[in-house]
Amino acid sequence: MNSVNDRTRDIGPFVPGPDDDMLICRCEEVTKGEIRKAVHDGMWTITEIRRYLRTGMGLCQGQTCSKLVKGIVARELGVSPAELEPATSRVPMRPIEMHVFANEAKEDEANE
Amino acid sequence: MSNTAEVVVIGGGIIGCSISYYLAKKGVSVICLEGSDHFGNGGSSRNGGGVRQSGRDPRELPLVMYGIKNFWPTLSDELEVDCEYHQDGNLRLGKTDKHKQILTGLTERAVKVGLDVKMIDGDEVRRINPYLSDEVTCASWCPTDGHANPLTTTLGYYKMARRLGVHFISGEEVIELKKVKGKLRKVVCASGDVYEGETVVLAAGYESRAIAATVGIDIPMQKAMLEALVTEAQPHMFDQMLGTAEADFYGHQTKHGSFVFGGSSGLEGYTKDNGTPICYSKTAPCICRGIMKYFPDLANAKIVRTWAGWMDRCADGVPVLGNVSEVPGLVLACGFSGHGFGIAPGASQQLAELITTGKTDVDLSALRYDRFKAKI
Repeated sequence: MNSVNDRTRDIGPFVPGPDDDMLICRCEEVTKGEIRKAVHDGMWTITEIRRYLRTGMGLCQGQTCSKLVKGIVARELGVSPAELEPATSRVPMRPIEMHVFANEAKEDEANE
Repeated sequence: MSNTAEVVVIGGGIIGCSISYYLAKKGVSVICLEGSDHFGNGGSSRNGGGVRQSGRDPRELPLVMYGIKNFWPTLSDELEVDCEYHQDGNLRLGKTDKHKQILTGLTERAVKVGLDVKMIDGDEVRRINPYLSDEVTCASWCPTDGHANPLTTTLGYYKMARRLGVHFISGEEVIELKKVKGKLRKVVCASGDVYEGETVVLAAGYESRAIAATVGIDIPMQKAMLEALVTEAQPHMFDQMLGTAEADFYGHQTKHGSFVFGGSSGLEGYTKDNGTPICYSKTAPCICRGIMKYFPDLANAKIVRTWAGWMDRCADGVPVLGNVSEVPGLVLACGFSGHGFGIAPGASQQLAELITTGKTDVDLSALRYDRFKAKI
């Protein structure tokens, strides 16, 4: 973690690919080409890609696409996928209705 | 790449990235250092997305008004990213007489500074936003307020500044500032790397306090945790930004359709995870109970994600901006106190002006670092 990462390192130009229209994040409908372009815009970590494009921010929270996104970003940067930290997993594990989540406490027991 | 530039910016959040952008636009060479692994990693991408003037302290109000007038409406075009900026007004809601008193005071002070904001009653509130419950009895209404997407805006500034040649480095944690011949010059990092600049901008959020202390400057601020959550996409309901008299609840519906709401449990600062911004188990359910009281229709909306972040809360709740007499070459841009997103374009553009011309359009003197006095 927190290793020095100079964002001016030359990763070469963006070269359009025949499968750039392929959907990678199905929940948020993000394509391979969009992910590759974002890397060339400077988004070099999975967290930055996610915040910039919304990959992994949909209903499945990246459980389907996170590995694919990591592979695409790693290839674009010319590094091993193992060098890229995954994005932080967030509570809740599954989407949960507000009125159910709220049942953690009754209002009169909560801190007013 | 060279370790020397005209300006070294410490902090790669929205303030650091946007100052870098406005400086680079003027042809200034800039190095921007981010301590964590990601640009825009602190409050910049964890906040509620408010671009609001109402409810602000009169000392910082002119700066945010300047930004909303001059930069926000064209920011998406300028940054070539969808900032999702909406200028559809802000309702700051009240339920009790005490709330009404707070809101009336805020409104009167803002009107004196020239802001178009007024008090309205519960029925008028529901004419603007019919989804709000009858518990809401009053609100301040500012039609020129709004909201935007903090993630794309912050990273948009980063992208454009990088395109203009700013030398961005992440994972470069600054631990010390050093003067040379009485003037600030060197920026020392934990990695051992040293950067040099004519001017050093300190925009590292709460971490700015420890860094400024290495040249004898202390800014009275603490970090405080805030939490937020987002729902799955919902049918379009409303476009206003919402807040409350006590600033304990805020949010909006995004372009994506999801609702982003921030809030608190009242136990912040005392959670067992104190030290890392990890969500506290009591907070998100508490926010849900709060939301359902304001918006009964959202009870079945599903929460997809929750998160937490630190704000750099200044002793008097407004940022510390500008030059430091004791440390020539140092420019402070920190202490935004949890509402630094909306004010960022105006504040950063004006600080870039200050650095390049020595002057600003908006008077920043009320936000100086040496304004803090003991009570007696």
